[in-house]
Parts: sequence; structure tokens; C-alpha cells
Amino acid sequence: MSVVRIPPTLRSETGGEKQVVADGGTVREVIVDLAERFPSLGTQILEDGDLAPFVNVYVEGEDVRTLEGLDTEVDEAATVILLPAMAGGSPAERAPHLAQEEVVQAAETAPHCPREKVGPSLRSGGNRTLRPAR
Amino acid sequence: MAKPPGPPSSGDLKAHARWSAFADRRARGWRWGNLPVPPDPLHWSANADRRLSPPATLLEVTGYRDLLAQVKGEIDEIDARETRSLLDSPAPPLLLDVRERDEWEEGHLPAALHIPRGSLESRVESRVPERDREIVVYCSAGARSAFAAKTLEELGYARVRSLAGGFTDWKRNGFPVELPQTLAPEQRQRYSRHLLIPEVGEAGQLRLLESRVLLIGAGGLGSPASLYLAAAGVGRLGIVDDDVVDATNLQRQIVHSTARLGEPKAESAKRTLAELNPDVEVLTYRERLTSENVDRILDEGWDVIVDGADNFPTRYLVNDASVWHGIPVVHGSIFRFEGQVTVFKPHDGPCYRCLFAEPPPPELAPSCAEGGVLGVLPGVVGSLQANEALKLALGAGDPLVGRLLLFDALSATFTEVALRRDPACPVCGESPTITEYIDYVEFCQGRPPAEQVSGSAETRGEAE
Repeated sequence: MSVVRIPPTLRSETGGEKQVVADGGTVREVIVDLAERFPSLGTQILEDGDLAPFVNVYVEGEDVRTLEGLDTEVDEAATVILLPAMAGGSPAERAPHLAQEEVVQAAETAPHCPREKVGPSLRSGGNRTLRPAR
Repeated sequence: MAKPPGPPSSGDLKAHARWSAFADRRARGWRWGNLPVPPDPLHWSANADRRLSPPATLLEVTGYRDLLAQVKGEIDEIDARETRSLLDSPAPPLLLDVRERDEWEEGHLPAALHIPRGSLESRVESRVPERDREIVVYCSAGARSAFAAKTLEELGYARVRSLAGGFTDWKRNGFPVELPQTLAPEQRQRYSRHLLIPEVGEAGQLRLLESRVLLIGAGGLGSPASLYLAAAGVGRLGIVDDDVVDATNLQRQIVHSTARLGEPKAESAKRTLAELNPDVEVLTYRERLTSENVDRILDEGWDVIVDGADNFPTRYLVNDASVWHGIPVVHGSIFRFEGQVTVFKPHDGPCYRCLFAEPPPPELAPSCAEGGVLGVLPGVVGSLQANEALKLALGAGDPLVGRLLLFDALSATFTEVALRRDPACPVCGESPTITEYIDYVEFCQGRPPAEQVSGSAETRGEAE
């Protein structure tokens, strides 16, 4: 079982898990196993059974494209990092997954903090903790 | 080498003793070490305890002139003409100016290093770590440099000579003199903590004051980056941002303030930076970076670009332009609790397209999944970007070229992965397939763009 680190942008596909385990002796086997465990993650990172071009895979800190590609061996103890292209922090008001009312509401109730509002770790009262009640 | 003195023939005892000490030190291989000095029958009882009788007691030093004469006898001197010819040799000696600051500011030998005599002992080892480096030390007339040369030998520098006649004689010969650019007294105070670091020092600070950094975006990442770069005295900052300050920005965009709501971000940032450091010239570009304006903006002449954009179209535009203009990009991105920093240095390391040749399709653009970022996260990542930009401007340290640093604020961990150049990269690879700018359409509008269009003006992005 290797540890696979899931980037924050893909965590909704793993139920919010930051790292998951997957089986396989090569990167290909690990990815296929991962896609079986988390089918929606599979559709995000695989393209015609191959790794999508906007996702890079690192085994022990090295880009597998500079090793043996998907045939790169993955040690039991190895850490695999998935790294998709990440543009920056996407403003909440443009996030398609959020209902517009939710963003507007967040902006109205705490005008300075809607970005923190929408993060799951802060959504449930997190920002209230940051801003003590007067 | 300077005068090879022979033993004085006359009965001048002082001269004889000087020569004796000098010749002895030469015989011992130019080290002023702890070896016992052979007895001198004229002045020194062979039975005396030598440990208590250092060589200086060989002479009756009755004043400054005696002391100077003795020291000059113990060191090597070189004249201006020979020094001048050495400067044109393939391995010129290090010129070390030990005069006071005001003398230095009136002119010095070309490429000389300045350490005033008073702080020579404490500072020379960090400035000149190599003990076998050939050094010509000088002052105004050759006296202070003689003492300095002796001190340097005592510190273990093996190849030191003092410039006979000093700077005065150098000038009299009509040899080249460099007028140093120096910091004003208030700058010396403002940047004093930089001046204390050998890797920065006055030369580094002057370099920063002459460097030019372009910031793409005055948002979450551009805020701390621009503040630290301005505070550090980067002489010219450019800010590209077409957005206005919004209430939702203030949770993290610390270059702005509540009083600036509704103001253009570029202007708001400029006001804050001008208040922080009047040394810094801030150029504002209240426009979104596109294929139409990118060359005009980059042609202004920038040493480093700090990319704090939040969208793929700008990222790819900045990347392609930076490769074609040969300007390194300090790349930062953030999402919720995690951030990434790296340096894309054209042709020295990978570029953004070596990692991701094309942007992801809109429906799969991961950054569109959901928004949100912890307010302090851009503070960490933007500060790391400022750190990299300062290193690049100074030419110090190991920039994050070919390394991607991942920061996780929740676990408070940094992870590094290796980035390598892709020989098949469409922009910086062996046979580039992209040779002109592409304006990708903004993905995160909640509607997928039908196609990539050129010169699209309908996208509007806010920098992170």
C-alpha cells in the first residue's frame, strides 16, 4: 500500500481526504487502483486510460515523466503526489460548485471573509472563531 | 615582489634587527605564527624566556615612525605601476581599501573592496574567506595599509602586499579611479539591517535599489510580495492589476485597506508602497494582461516577474512572455490551506509549460472546483515569492529553480518536488510549437468557453 497525496483541488473526489492509500507496484497500477476506489477522481485525472496532461505524478519527489512514466516502480513505503495545474486561489464568487445565494449570503454576513467561509474546515463556525464576538 | 632587503652593512642596530626579524619570517614561509624567533645576539639574550619576548621587543620602538618603519620591514610592498599591470593579468589580485568611508566615497581603485581599518579584523574573514587569495591592500599613502597588511598576515592571509604610496600615488600616476555610488545617510539607516549582512551589504543594497520587479496582480500574493520588496528597497516596482479594492479582498490583501474600497488596486497599492518607502518608484498598469499589452509592459525592462495571478489565461501568458523576454518568473499559487512556489528561469530551468503544456479543459480546471483561502496563506506564499525575487535580484543563494515548494498551512509542513525541463516543451523546448501569444478564455465563469479565442477582452480576473 502506497500513500497517495491528494491535492486540495481534487479532495472533493476523495471525501476531503488529504491522503489515501492505493495498491500497486507501478504508478499505473496505483492510479488504476485509486480510480477504482474513487471513480470520480479517476475521471478527473485519467484520459483514455492514460494520465491527463494537466496532472503530474511525483514518486518520492521526482516527476514520473523523468523516470519510467506510468511504469515507474512504486515502493511500498513510497509517497505518491498528484499535482494538477493550479492557477491560484479561485475567488468564491466565480466557483461554479457554489450556489450564487451561498456566496452572496457569505458576503453579506461577513463581508471580509467569504473565502474563509467556503472552506470546509472553516465553514462551520470557523470564521466565528477567528473573529471573537463582541 | 617588493624590495628584497639584504642585511644592513652599517652599524645601524635597528635596521639590522628589522632585517633579521623580516628574514626570519620569510624563512618560516610567511607565517606570523607562534614559532620561536631565533635569538638575536645583538639585542636579545639567548637565555631569555622567548615566550615572554615577542619579536616586537627586538626594537626599541620610541614612536609612531619607528613602529611604522618596523612594520614596513615586516611586510611586502608593491608600487602603483606594478599593481596597475597586475590588474590586467588573468588573475588580478583583490584590492582592499582600508581607508575611512569619506575617503572611499571620494574615489577608489577599480573593483576594490572597502573595509575600514578599524573593522578590518572583525569583517575581513567573512568578506574574504580565501586565505590564499592574493591581496593588495591600500590606504591614502601606504601607512595604514602597512599595518593592515601585517594584521592580515597575522590572520593567516598568506599573499598580502601593501600599496606603497597608496591611493595618492595611484592617482598621481593617472591610473583609473572609480567613484563609488553610495547610499545617502538616511538610506544607510533605513537599510542598516541589510548592510549588516555580508551577502547584501552596500553593494547588494545598491543593486536592489537598481533592480526592477514586475508584479502580476496586487491581490493576496502581490500584497505581501510588494510590501516586502518595497521595504527592501527594490528601486522600481511595476503593478499590473485592472481590479478595484473590494470588501472581500481585505481578509488577506494587506496592501489595501478599508479606506481604499472601490479604488483601483494598482493605485491603492502604489499609495501604500510610497508611504512605506519613498525610495521606490511604482509604475501602475491598470489593465488586464493580454496578448495585446504584454510586450509593451515587459519591454519596460524588468529583472524579475512575481506572478500572483489567479487564473490560467494570465499564467500561460506570463509564462510564454517571460520565456521570450528572458525574464525569470517567481510563481506562486494558493488554494484554501495550501500553496506552491517555484522559480521559472527561462532556459536555466523548466517553464510552466514544461509542467503543464496546456491549461486543463474548463470543466476539469481544478482551481474552479471551489474557492476559499485562509487569509494568512497568501502571506506565507507571497513572502516566499518576495524572498525568491530578492535572491534573484541580489544573485544570492539558491533560487527555487527546478524545485516546487509545497506549503500546507494546516499541517505546517513544506514538501519539495523536483521540476525538470521538458525537451518537448511547446515554448522552451527543442522545437517550439507555440511561437505567438495565446489568449485563453477565462475558465471560472461558471460557463465553459466554446473555444480559445485571441484577444478576448471579456475575461476579467482578480489577482491572488
